[in-house]
Amino acid sequence: MDNLDQLVGGAQAAFAAAGDSAALEQAKARFLGKSGLITEQLKALGKLAPDEKRERGAAVNRAKAAIEAALEARRDCLREAALDAQLAAERLDVSLPGRGSMPGGLHPVSRTLERIERLLHSIGFIVADGPEIETDWHNFTALNVPPNHPARSMQDTFFLEGRNDVLLRTHTSPVQIRAMLAHADRHRALDVMPDLRIIAPGRVYRVDSDATHSPMFHQVEGLWVGEHVSFADLKGVVADFLRKFFETEELQVRFRPSFFPFTEPSAEIDVAFMSGALEGRWLEVAGCGMVHPNVLRCGGIDSERYTGFAFGFGPDRLTMLRYGVNDLRLFFEGDLRFLSQFR
Amino acid sequence: MQFSENWLRTFVNPPLDSAALGHLLTMAGLEVEETRPVAPPFTGVVVARIVEAEKHPNADKLKLCKVDAGTGEYLQIVCGAPNAAAGMKVPCAKVGAKLPGGFAIKAAKLRGVESFGMLCSARELGLSDDHAGLLALPEDAPIGADIRAYLDLDDSCFEIKLTPNRADCLSLTGVAREVAALTGATFTPAPLTLITPGSDACRAIVLDAPKACPRYCGRVISGVDAGAQTPGWMKDRLKRSGIRAINALVDITNYVMLELGQPLHAFDNARLTGAIHVRMPHPGEELLLLNEQTIKPAPDTLLIADEARALGLAGIMGGEESGVTLKTTEVFLESAFFAPEAVAGRARAYGFASDASHRYERGVDFQLQRPAIERATQLILEICGGTPGPVEEARSDEDLPQRSEVCLRPARARQVLGIDIDLDTMRDLLERDHLQVRNLTVELRVTPPAFRFDIEIEEDLIEEIARLHGYDNIPAPVPQAGLSMLAATESSRTEWDARHCLAGRGFQEVLNFAFIEEAWERDFCANDTPIRLANPIASQMSVMRSSLIPGLIANLASNRKRQQNRVRIFELGRCFTRHEDTEDGENGSAPGFGQPRRLAALAAGTALPEQWGDAARPVDFYDLKGDLEALFAPCALTFEPLTAPALHPGRAAAVLQHGRRIGVIGEIHPRWVQGYELGNAPIVFEIDLDAVLAASRPESGEISRMPAVMRDLALVVPAAVSAGQTLNALREAAPEIVREIHLFDVYQGQGIEPEHKSLAFRIFMQDTRRTLEDAEVDEIVSGLLRHIERAVGGRLRT
Repeated sequence: MDNLDQLVGGAQAAFAAAGDSAALEQAKARFLGKSGLITEQLKALGKLAPDEKRERGAAVNRAKAAIEAALEARRDCLREAALDAQLAAERLDVSLPGRGSMPGGLHPVSRTLERIERLLHSIGFIVADGPEIETDWHNFTALNVPPNHPARSMQDTFFLEGRNDVLLRTHTSPVQIRAMLAHADRHRALDVMPDLRIIAPGRVYRVDSDATHSPMFHQVEGLWVGEHVSFADLKGVVADFLRKFFETEELQVRFRPSFFPFTEPSAEIDVAFMSGALEGRWLEVAGCGMVHPNVLRCGGIDSERYTGFAFGFGPDRLTMLRYGVNDLRLFFEGDLRFLSQFR
Repeated sequence: MQFSENWLRTFVNPPLDSAALGHLLTMAGLEVEETRPVAPPFTGVVVARIVEAEKHPNADKLKLCKVDAGTGEYLQIVCGAPNAAAGMKVPCAKVGAKLPGGFAIKAAKLRGVESFGMLCSARELGLSDDHAGLLALPEDAPIGADIRAYLDLDDSCFEIKLTPNRADCLSLTGVAREVAALTGATFTPAPLTLITPGSDACRAIVLDAPKACPRYCGRVISGVDAGAQTPGWMKDRLKRSGIRAINALVDITNYVMLELGQPLHAFDNARLTGAIHVRMPHPGEELLLLNEQTIKPAPDTLLIADEARALGLAGIMGGEESGVTLKTTEVFLESAFFAPEAVAGRARAYGFASDASHRYERGVDFQLQRPAIERATQLILEICGGTPGPVEEARSDEDLPQRSEVCLRPARARQVLGIDIDLDTMRDLLERDHLQVRNLTVELRVTPPAFRFDIEIEEDLIEEIARLHGYDNIPAPVPQAGLSMLAATESSRTEWDARHCLAGRGFQEVLNFAFIEEAWERDFCANDTPIRLANPIASQMSVMRSSLIPGLIANLASNRKRQQNRVRIFELGRCFTRHEDTEDGENGSAPGFGQPRRLAALAAGTALPEQWGDAARPVDFYDLKGDLEALFAPCALTFEPLTAPALHPGRAAAVLQHGRRIGVIGEIHPRWVQGYELGNAPIVFEIDLDAVLAASRPESGEISRMPAVMRDLALVVPAAVSAGQTLNALREAAPEIVREIHLFDVYQGQGIEPEHKSLAFRIFMQDTRRTLEDAEVDEIVSGLLRHIERAVGGRLRT
């Protein structure tokens, strides 16, 4: 019996001494190979009497199982060690930057325009478009600004050489006319025209250039025409929009009487922040009003039956307020050091 | 419009401080842009008389003055002002006074002599920059009177921005009327005296264009002293209203214009010949204006003339040769009503503006001419003396503006404003606003006064009600509307999708002006007849761009100057082309122009940002082509060689979508790379936005369960044959079971005969119902090779 225990003890010691899998396989052969010590013991069983054979056989098999278990355990151990070594060798410097390039970004004014579109889309305003070389009729006459009207001196207009019937649009309001004409035409056959809710973002042009004026800038026109649209609705939409845009319910919004030929009553919209660098100062951000009946009529809409409101925001100014930009000219200089801040 | 608050308060004096008054005006639509005090705070300064002024015993430039400041004893004051002289009246800061900036006056010794106070210049009191000497006060200034009260210094200048519809507020009277309507305070109009003529001197007036001038009042005043001094109070009020004092007669006409809103003109009666004619110009007529500008009046410009010549532009500016001077002894005063449409835009056409034209083109009260001429006469008699003749009035009643009743339906007002306001309240608001109201139980009939030119339709009255009710008092509810969903189509993408796609691939968006330098149009677009602005702001912004590429190149150049060498930018915007047959409405354009929206991108510098992981290389055509293809994916584009003025002739392509040309891509021509100092050749593309936004709904097809067979074919083709041609040839010949062919290697060099190249394609074949047999696959491949041989002269590489 003792020699079997010694055999197991010897195998365990030999396996433990094997430093790698080759040495382990050699050690295995010494005990479990064709002429290994255990195999010899098994071969020797044949010479024994049946009773002894059964007893001895069971003992040898137990020893064999113990040696095999030791072998397996040692194999696992060596595998683990080999894997550890491999992993250690494969370690990366995870602080090295990732491959490839970083994304660019949208222009800050585009960022603002996208947010404006998204906010107003959420209450059913869809985007309408119009040309930037515009007819005098759409830009002025249809908007209740006849030739020689003093309001024309409020806007210094770019004209094109050799043409006096067209100009670079001075505001996005002509899109109102185009949208109303199209809407009225589309629903001509209906008893009640469905509400028209559009916004018209885009570039506009005026002869003006300094730190707060650019000869090209942006506007977003909004228009809602329907059977029961009121000045109170205008206040509600604009105040809601401004608070959502600046993400503060504390924003103060005031409407102040003003004059635009294409709206009546008209208002300028001022906002005041309750915190930050501009705290407490009234800042003009938009003009608005109820669409003038002459304008509704130029848009092919029955001004007695339908009313509407319109507003015009300056997204450049909203962008400056939102992101703390203090010079309008930065928007149009293409300086990547400035623009890349808006990613 | 600028005015003195104290002057305003002589007409209406509500119990409001300056700030509250300013807020009231702003919230009524008379936006107060600025309020500034006439003088900074100071105390203890009184009117004093210099009794004696002698040389200081110890200093050459100082004087020792004995001063009567009304304290009962003469004060000894040392003074350095060169103009200090006995008998002069000046401001004196007594001991204990505090001057602007907090400077306190104490008894002091100056060069060994005691001094009890300080005599002040205008600058020392913060009244002006004048520091040449002491501020000389008028002879009749009461000694000992507080200077703030005497000079009315506790006053503010209000500057209000008036909208063009509120011409009625271009006077103190008008603003006061408005304040009275808003607050209910009593309005006291300017005193109106009817002057009894002292002579029968007069000048005939003929209205040759009565539509343009339906009323003209004139009066001769003889024996005036044109050199008389304008009183201090009048000068101060003019100055605080932003008008420079000139001479007594001109100052009086300006004063009455500010007070009442009626522009007046004073002619030198001795320089006039015969009757006054208000007429349109004669051909070839010329006129020298007060501003020393000689003009040839346009045919639509109304003139004031006498029987000899044109005297001035009616309602705009008087003439140099007929105006009053200091030698004038006989004045002809003009107080007229010119129709707004006869004045509107004319001054601007001559390149100037005047206070008179500003008022006339917006509308002057057409009943104000007589009161104003009487008021001016009264002031002239007081200040310059003289004998007035009778007021001569020429009038064409039928051409005067009419004030018709405007109907206001209360229900309509409530609906438009979205407020609940009853008829009586509306009536009350309108009456306070000086409108005449008739109540017809179901509606109001309102007649506006002669000074309001902005009340013609019901909406004008609704606006008045909103304004007087207070915009702040109108609620701002979240609007109610039907909850019908908006469309969310899959047949197009939005411009935001395109922007985000490019931004995701490393491009930064820029926004460039739509007007550019003419040279850029010529260089990059070969456009010698660009769309020119008639009034560009600068020569480098004089033509409309027909391409976005020049702007991107300019962005690259300016960024390179700021050491930004790796530039990846894009712009989405309109370009402008001539298009003689574009009718209005078509593509939303104005007639004669195409205004497509395009998307353009530029890449320059290294392909990747400076980094450690890959070898650095400059960005090339295929990098940007990859970006463009990604932008359009899954829609496949095709590319054909192209020659374009901006681009390298061998490295440029037309971009086609479904066979239609939608844009260009290529490397900038080496000529411009050098000329514009662009470093390594930048790559650009410019594409029609409509093509980018087109999208289609995906459709699911059958996925084969059968194994795919893959064969690689390396083909040798002549170098001039493009990969695209070869690929097309393969596709033409491929039967349906060839699912995909793609190029995976291009090789030229050793092992390939000269003037040839090797293109390696991987071909995937698959049937949806059965496994392909080897023989079948071999047959397909041989078929492809036969076709390649025929179509592009290619063969299998060996």
